[in-house]
Amino acid sequence: MNLSMKWLHDFVDVSDINIKDYCDKLTLTGSKVEGYEVLGAEIENVVVAKIEKIEPHPDSDHLQICQMNVGKGDLVQIVTGAQNVFEGAIIPAALPVAKLPHGVVIKDGKLRGVESHGMLCSMGELNLTVHECPGKEENGILILDECFGDKLGMDIREALLLDDTAVEFEITSNRPDCLSVIGLARETAASFGRELKVPTPAVKPLGDGDKVENYLTVGIEAPDLCYRYAAKVVKNVRIAPSPMWLRMRLSAAGVRPINNIVDITNYVMLEYGQPMHAFDYTQLDGSAIRVRRAADGECFKSLDDIDHVLDSSMLVIADEKKACALAGVMGGANSEIVDTTKTVVFESACFNGGSVRVTAKKNGMRTESSARFEKGLDPENCMAGLMRACELVELLDAGDVVDGVIDVYPTKTEQTVLPFTPARYNAFLGTDISEAQMIDILTSLDCRVENGNIYVPSFRADLACMNDIAEEIMRIYGYDKIVSTKIVAETTEGGRTPKQAFGIQVENALYGMGLDEIQTFSFISPKYYDKIRLPEDSALRRSVVISNPLGEDTSVMRTTALPSMLEVLARNQNFNNENVRLFEMGSIYLPDADTTKLPYEGKMLTLGMYGDADFYTMKGVIENLLALAVANASYTAVSNNPSYHPGRCAEVCVGDKKIATFGQIHPIVAENYGISVPLYAAEIDFDALFAASTADKHYKPLPKYPAITRDFSFVCEEALEVGSIISVMQKAGGKQCEGVKLFDIFRGEKIGDGKKSVSLRMTLRAEDHTMTVEDAEKITKKVLFLLEKELGLTLRG
Amino acid sequence: MKEKLQQIKEAALSELKAADCDTEALRVRYLGKKGELTAVLRGMGALTPEERPVVGQMANEVRAEIEAALAVRVAEEKEKALNDRLAREKLDVTMPGTPSRMGHQHPLTRAQREMEEIFIGMGFEIAEGPEVEYDYYNFKALNIPENHPARDTQDTFYITDNILLRSQTSPVQVRVMEKQSPPIRVISPGRVYRSDALDATHSPLFHQMEGLVVDKGITMSDLKGTLETFAKKMFGEETKIRFRPHHFPFTEPSAEVDVSCFVCGGKGCRVCKGEGWIEILGAGMVHPFVLENCGIDPEVYSGFAFGMGLERVTMTRYGIDDIRLFYENDERFLKQF
Repeated sequence: MNLSMKWLHDFVDVSDINIKDYCDKLTLTGSKVEGYEVLGAEIENVVVAKIEKIEPHPDSDHLQICQMNVGKGDLVQIVTGAQNVFEGAIIPAALPVAKLPHGVVIKDGKLRGVESHGMLCSMGELNLTVHECPGKEENGILILDECFGDKLGMDIREALLLDDTAVEFEITSNRPDCLSVIGLARETAASFGRELKVPTPAVKPLGDGDKVENYLTVGIEAPDLCYRYAAKVVKNVRIAPSPMWLRMRLSAAGVRPINNIVDITNYVMLEYGQPMHAFDYTQLDGSAIRVRRAADGECFKSLDDIDHVLDSSMLVIADEKKACALAGVMGGANSEIVDTTKTVVFESACFNGGSVRVTAKKNGMRTESSARFEKGLDPENCMAGLMRACELVELLDAGDVVDGVIDVYPTKTEQTVLPFTPARYNAFLGTDISEAQMIDILTSLDCRVENGNIYVPSFRADLACMNDIAEEIMRIYGYDKIVSTKIVAETTEGGRTPKQAFGIQVENALYGMGLDEIQTFSFISPKYYDKIRLPEDSALRRSVVISNPLGEDTSVMRTTALPSMLEVLARNQNFNNENVRLFEMGSIYLPDADTTKLPYEGKMLTLGMYGDADFYTMKGVIENLLALAVANASYTAVSNNPSYHPGRCAEVCVGDKKIATFGQIHPIVAENYGISVPLYAAEIDFDALFAASTADKHYKPLPKYPAITRDFSFVCEEALEVGSIISVMQKAGGKQCEGVKLFDIFRGEKIGDGKKSVSLRMTLRAEDHTMTVEDAEKITKKVLFLLEKELGLTLRG
Repeated sequence: MKEKLQQIKEAALSELKAADCDTEALRVRYLGKKGELTAVLRGMGALTPEERPVVGQMANEVRAEIEAALAVRVAEEKEKALNDRLAREKLDVTMPGTPSRMGHQHPLTRAQREMEEIFIGMGFEIAEGPEVEYDYYNFKALNIPENHPARDTQDTFYITDNILLRSQTSPVQVRVMEKQSPPIRVISPGRVYRSDALDATHSPLFHQMEGLVVDKGITMSDLKGTLETFAKKMFGEETKIRFRPHHFPFTEPSAEVDVSCFVCGGKGCRVCKGEGWIEILGAGMVHPFVLENCGIDPEVYSGFAFGMGLERVTMTRYGIDDIRLFYENDERFLKQF
């Protein structure tokens, strides 16, 4: 809402208050100011002047030399190239040094050898348009009306009423009453403790015996969507441009002036916050106005010549045959006010906000009117708006207001009465405001306080409970006066749940292991499932689908976080970042079979690496995480996960529960992301990891007796997994085997194709005595026996 | 014999002063089993019983003197050798250190954890709720019925008519109040979704952090006090906060909360666009409708709620000018945090 300060001063005088202070104060009492613009601020030294004499330029066939009367003494010579000037014309003249919008500066100069002490201005050069200057030539010099003849020398800003300030307010949706000059005047008066003067609009009776009933009847057929419908008729309409003061006020408010009747409807909407509509009466079929629901499929052409197809959720204002307006949104082309309009119906009504909102949205036309109605307007305001419109008709001499008024108002809303409970307000706000001050504040907002009750004015539908009144008191008293206190109440435990704490532990471990944390979008393109080669029948292809996505790229909620990780790895590779190691703790969304239920949201920990990392780097990180969870994991080769290298992928289980999948990304998948270097990734089900974790850390006494180590080297088939050799050795070693470690693995010509040499070191220790060589020999023999029996392995010669 | 001892002493001491003295050879020569001093002592048998103790004492003194001088010389040599070694071992300390991998916390997580710690210190718990949410929790229970104009300002992604991507973290308030009776003190950080196209200042996905306190006798000044404590810990002890009236359907009274600019201290600068204040929070007293909806009697209990955008706080805090950087995850960006 843009407010003209001049307009505001009609109702409350704050002309002594600096505009910056005004804006700050209103913001702090709840009417947020987004900014203000001093209109015409860019214009300097432009005055009303009269061309006394015109001579042709001796050296030019299009320039003319004008002698200008600028209202004081000597004539001023200005050379112009404009062709629409004539002797006696009154025009705006920029006198050096003059400033015009867009940084234009006018100085003394010579045009083809002839001195020129200024410039004659067009409307464009003053930032005006034909809407503010109706009937004037757009491309030539702005020729002012003759009545400006007695204003020679006057600053053009004053002469054209450009000396106004427009303040832009951002009004919250609960305060439609403030989308009006009077509403803001009330807030202004309350904020500054000034008097608010709102005259009651009145129209002089015509007394010619003609009355509105001769023209019109109104029937509300959908009282749930229309609470009140008031109308008046104006005859002998004289369509003309509005006077300058009205045009300039509309302009300051950001509304384009059109003609006197249309301008009046807009003026009343801005002043009273009551949207109005004007119909050309002679275009109506019959004299009965029906406020009814549209028929499904009914066609309607709006004022802006756009065709709409309506449905029965929408309300229309119709005559006997057709819809003439989409209620509260826009009028119809069929009854538009035109230059030849002779009789006008003014409508001032109150429609259901939700219905207007839906109608405007469905038809894609949010208007100044619908934006007000959708917030819920006050039916009590209809009559004041209607009378103000007719008063303006009189003032502008735009027609003759027919006596009488039509007012269909089926159900009058009851006034809200709330108990006045000052002690409770103070207790709730933590303040110490006196009862008298509270009453003053409420009274300044037109809330009458009487006998312990508050009588809420009809335009404040937002005031409905104790909290609402407390807010009114607080905002006018001053939010800045709220003191800061510490909560005095029962102690609460606070803190993180074990799972939240474990999550942080895991994250910290990952930072320590050199992985950078990333965050990616939770919605992806369904095509990403193809990129990671998910099988067509994979359950993970069933995602939660967004019905109104921004684009295909963000249209489904991800069921896997792997594509997001691969995308980030690819992006980093494109940026030439080397040796990248990343992780993301993010959610995945698995839809329920029953689509009326919410999906399962699981936490996935996704790791990704390239550069100086390999399969075992990734495995090392996973082993550390499992150690952190104090969980014993088993690793199984997986060759059928299509996202991963069939020979370099493992599944991690704790007991029967799968915790993670990791490995090298399948080269085709990598290629899908435009990467040729090996990529490594891990998908860890964080929920499962947490479930498998045991907080049970137990101290094991440090060994008292020395250990003996024995090294074993075997040549075996490439396919034999080191893990199975180790588990046989551990089994054979029994209780006294403290550990088996791989210390060398070797392949080469000497060993032979498809074979490898594996060297392992076994540590043996007895709990209660120093292990003897004989003890160790016994175990070694058992180990060798079992290895040969179970795996066919013999020591390398 | 005395003269002999005297000679031995002088000879040994003078040899010890020589620069190229071999201390071990010297020790053997004079003090060893076959050394000169030992030889003299062996010849003591030839002395008279009266002379013996005198010469014996003198011989012991000479021995002690040589040993002491020798020890000094040995210590000197050792020290010199050490110093020489240390000098040889001098390193160029300006050469870069051996890289040791260190991971970096995402700036959003960093800011989130920092905020969480502040509120945990004030007795808050961390509540979590679903991101794919029922319309009821995201809107209706928060006093935003269908066709309410507030729904326009939060263009929402829908899954079905009834299920949506939450447009705010406030639904967690309702879920907490349904499950738990007062006293309630929770914060709830998380992802929210609005259908804004991605540009430098908008993202269809961003993070909010919600806070909720419900108990007997909770006042609006408690809200201000709590947020002031938060702001001081988050942005510095000098930070001030300012409440401006605003409207949210689920709080009444409501406020927009500004913090004094932590860059210029309130004088006005580029970060605060000359205002001296930076808007970071929305807050207010929980609307009685919302309490009632969750089965909490507004006549007995009162409460406050607040919410802030994590991206906004983080961007202002670290001077990040493009929200897309958070989700691009360029390592060169991540490594700065």
